Amino acid sequence: MSEEEYAVIGTRPVRHDGADKVTGRALYGADYQAAGLLHGHILRSPHAHARILRIDTSKAMALAGVKAVVTAADFPQVPDRLVDLGEGNVPLSYVRGNLLALGKALYRGHAVAAVAAVSAHIAEEAAGLIEVEYEPLPSVLTAPDAMQEGAPLLHGGLKTKELGQATDRTSNVAEHLRFAMGDIDAGFAAADIVVEREFRTATVHQGYIEPHAATALWNSDGRVLVWCSTQGAFVVRDVTACVLDLPVSRVKVTPMEIGGGFGGKIPVYLEPVAALLSRKTGRPVKMVMSRKDVFEATGPTPGSYIRVKMGVRSDGRIVAAQAYLAYEAGAYPGSMVVPGAMCIFAAYDIANIAIDGYDVVVNKPSTAAYRAPGATNAAFAAETVVDEIAEKLGNDPIEFRLRNAAKQGTRRADGPKYRRIGCIEVLETIKRHPHYNAPLEGPNRGRGVAVGFWFNIGFPSSCTISVNADGTVSLVEGSTDIGGTRTSIAMQAAEVLGIPAEDVNPSVADTDSIGYTAVTGGSRTTFATGWAAWEAAQDVMRQLKGRAAKLWEVDAGLVTEEAGVFRSGDKALTFRELAARLAETGGPVVGRGAVNPKGVGGSFSGAISDVEVDPETGKVTILRFTSVQDVGKAIHPSYVEGQMQGGSVQGIGWALNEEYYMSPDGAMLNSSFLDYRMPTALDLPMIDTAIVEVPNPGHPFGVRGVGEANIVPPPAAIANAIYRAAGVRMRRLPMNPPAIMEEIWKQRD
Amino acid sequence: MAEVYIPAMLRELTGGRATVAAAGATVREVVDDLERQWPGIRDRLLEGGRLRPNLSVAVDGEVSPLGLREVVDPASEVHFLAAIKGGMSGK
Repeated sequence: MSEEEYAVIGTRPVRHDGADKVTGRALYGADYQAAGLLHGHILRSPHAHARILRIDTSKAMALAGVKAVVTAADFPQVPDRLVDLGEGNVPLSYVRGNLLALGKALYRGHAVAAVAAVSAHIAEEAAGLIEVEYEPLPSVLTAPDAMQEGAPLLHGGLKTKELGQATDRTSNVAEHLRFAMGDIDAGFAAADIVVEREFRTATVHQGYIEPHAATALWNSDGRVLVWCSTQGAFVVRDVTACVLDLPVSRVKVTPMEIGGGFGGKIPVYLEPVAALLSRKTGRPVKMVMSRKDVFEATGPTPGSYIRVKMGVRSDGRIVAAQAYLAYEAGAYPGSMVVPGAMCIFAAYDIANIAIDGYDVVVNKPSTAAYRAPGATNAAFAAETVVDEIAEKLGNDPIEFRLRNAAKQGTRRADGPKYRRIGCIEVLETIKRHPHYNAPLEGPNRGRGVAVGFWFNIGFPSSCTISVNADGTVSLVEGSTDIGGTRTSIAMQAAEVLGIPAEDVNPSVADTDSIGYTAVTGGSRTTFATGWAAWEAAQDVMRQLKGRAAKLWEVDAGLVTEEAGVFRSGDKALTFRELAARLAETGGPVVGRGAVNPKGVGGSFSGAISDVEVDPETGKVTILRFTSVQDVGKAIHPSYVEGQMQGGSVQGIGWALNEEYYMSPDGAMLNSSFLDYRMPTALDLPMIDTAIVEVPNPGHPFGVRGVGEANIVPPPAAIANAIYRAAGVRMRRLPMNPPAIMEEIWKQRD
Repeated sequence: MAEVYIPAMLRELTGGRATVAAAGATVREVVDDLERQWPGIRDRLLEGGRLRPNLSVAVDGEVSPLGLREVVDPASEVHFLAAIKGGMSGK
């Protein structure tokens, strides 16, 4: 456990952006204003799958106040190619095709055309005047259906790839992956108990409170300026430049404040379209999605079908584990089946593993990341089977998991061995926790546990720190701040500089003003951008030692620093005192940090859930919930707790309520927050948290990343609790009242 | 020589072996040695002289941002993995 003593890290300063956000002064995507601003509106397909035979925009253009209409034909017609958007290579045609459909609409809500007008109302009215002739086609909505022989094909030329190599099979299966370790047949042969179950999880949305919003100006100097709500300004820059066939230097993206993302604000939906409209009109164009647009046309997480088979010896050792995962990618390839397959058995040390994953296109919105993408689906399946096996063995569920827990040196299913991890420490914390040991009395009540894993990522980050004459510093970084990362990054700089966190003024810069920084995602920001801040602060301190040496006319090697005080012999200067004397020692001091770090440390999380199930209605009430997570080092414990609570609540939403409720022909029937039921404070108890700190040896302060692993175990923990409360094993998400009653009635029959 | 873990879908090229030994001071050199031993494997790992899109390489358990240029020790483990994208969105 973390034993390092720090001055700033581990404290709870007020967040730097707090005042603006609680007073309503913070400016979000839709708040951007400009002289001559036009408003855009997108016409979307009413069909889940249809050929677009003709688009006639003449009536829309004739409407007073309309300034421009664009369709996919307005994109530069450059040949398809793989484009590196800083997060992997994807075909340009997929990126472009999701912005504005070309030839076919692949899901209901797929953008078909866009209008710019002097008001949002006129733009919306004009969009309704665009005549589109469709030839509706049969649609397919789930992975198992889409994998059937004879299923309607979304992309005629899609060949199944195996580890990047195209096969000769044309189908809706974009990718098949396999992880295999040991001898799976021998493993099952050695097992005394074998359990095989199948699971289904629904399509769910991140449900961020702020809809997507973007404004673009194609300036008269040929540069495209963008202001938007995004998790990655550089991704928006690169996608916009690629799609518009411009050099990246011709696009500048200014990230506004962001009202939630959870992975869903990494893809780009509006910016290049707004830019096309701006080019036609010479004026800035703002586009803001409605909630219906967000549900129907942005990326939810994949629905999935999963089979899990596990074999265990009577001594309680898991000896074989097999999984089949089919994830819905939505309209374009790229579901989260790879990380799902990587995570499904990640909590366990198992010698014989075989995992097959399938990335399957269906006529739903193109899926996106959602907080530990793919892992929650997988853990729901694996952790339910683990719970069932523990019961068959008569083992305590935590003891059973401890007997099989992954640790340093355990080989993961995808190959590499773990470095220092905290799976056992998380399980031990659950075992000791007052919640786990408290009696749970009363009828129809049950307690369940589960664990989950997210590997976290590194990726590039940049940061600069300028020393001000008053002893404060200005920190500029490129990570958009979703969960308080300005402060968690500033605190890491402050620790190095020996100054209070409040003396660091952090700001998130546009793409012209800071070095490349990858997305705020993958739980990487406090890890990687924090590391960049650490490097920039080290650079500042090196320079300041030189400045002190100049003042004292000694060799820089003779200057030491501790807790923000520079010393040489009997001379001493505080950081603030030295900062006031920069002008006489050589001018400004600016530190820089630019990293693409290794040393990523995965995070394990556990959940304890107490529920009560109404046997007459199937309603589940969460009585008590505790989230336990190894975070490496908690830079700002309040924000860590907030992440754990937020992830838990989203996991509870997956478990009990949330789903895209689809009509047979592919229309989402609950595309509003009234009908898409997310948990609110009224539905939940206080979410208790237990922070575990097993420092990541790969990071200067031991950070692992905290934003994602916490969503992974809740659905399985709740399913296991429901079993103990109502006697039914739930194998489908959401576990809403009809689903639970169905299982209860089956049991009664 | 480094121990190279062969992805399950490429084991047809290594006679079913899950691990093989290969020499090289960098990942690129290791791939060259793999090709010498198991003809055809380079084309499944590289495209245009670079790691295939959607593949990454891990040396001693760490995914390397340097890819083919990553230094390999004779005692190293080398894994070729499905690439995980930043924020995990390929679209």
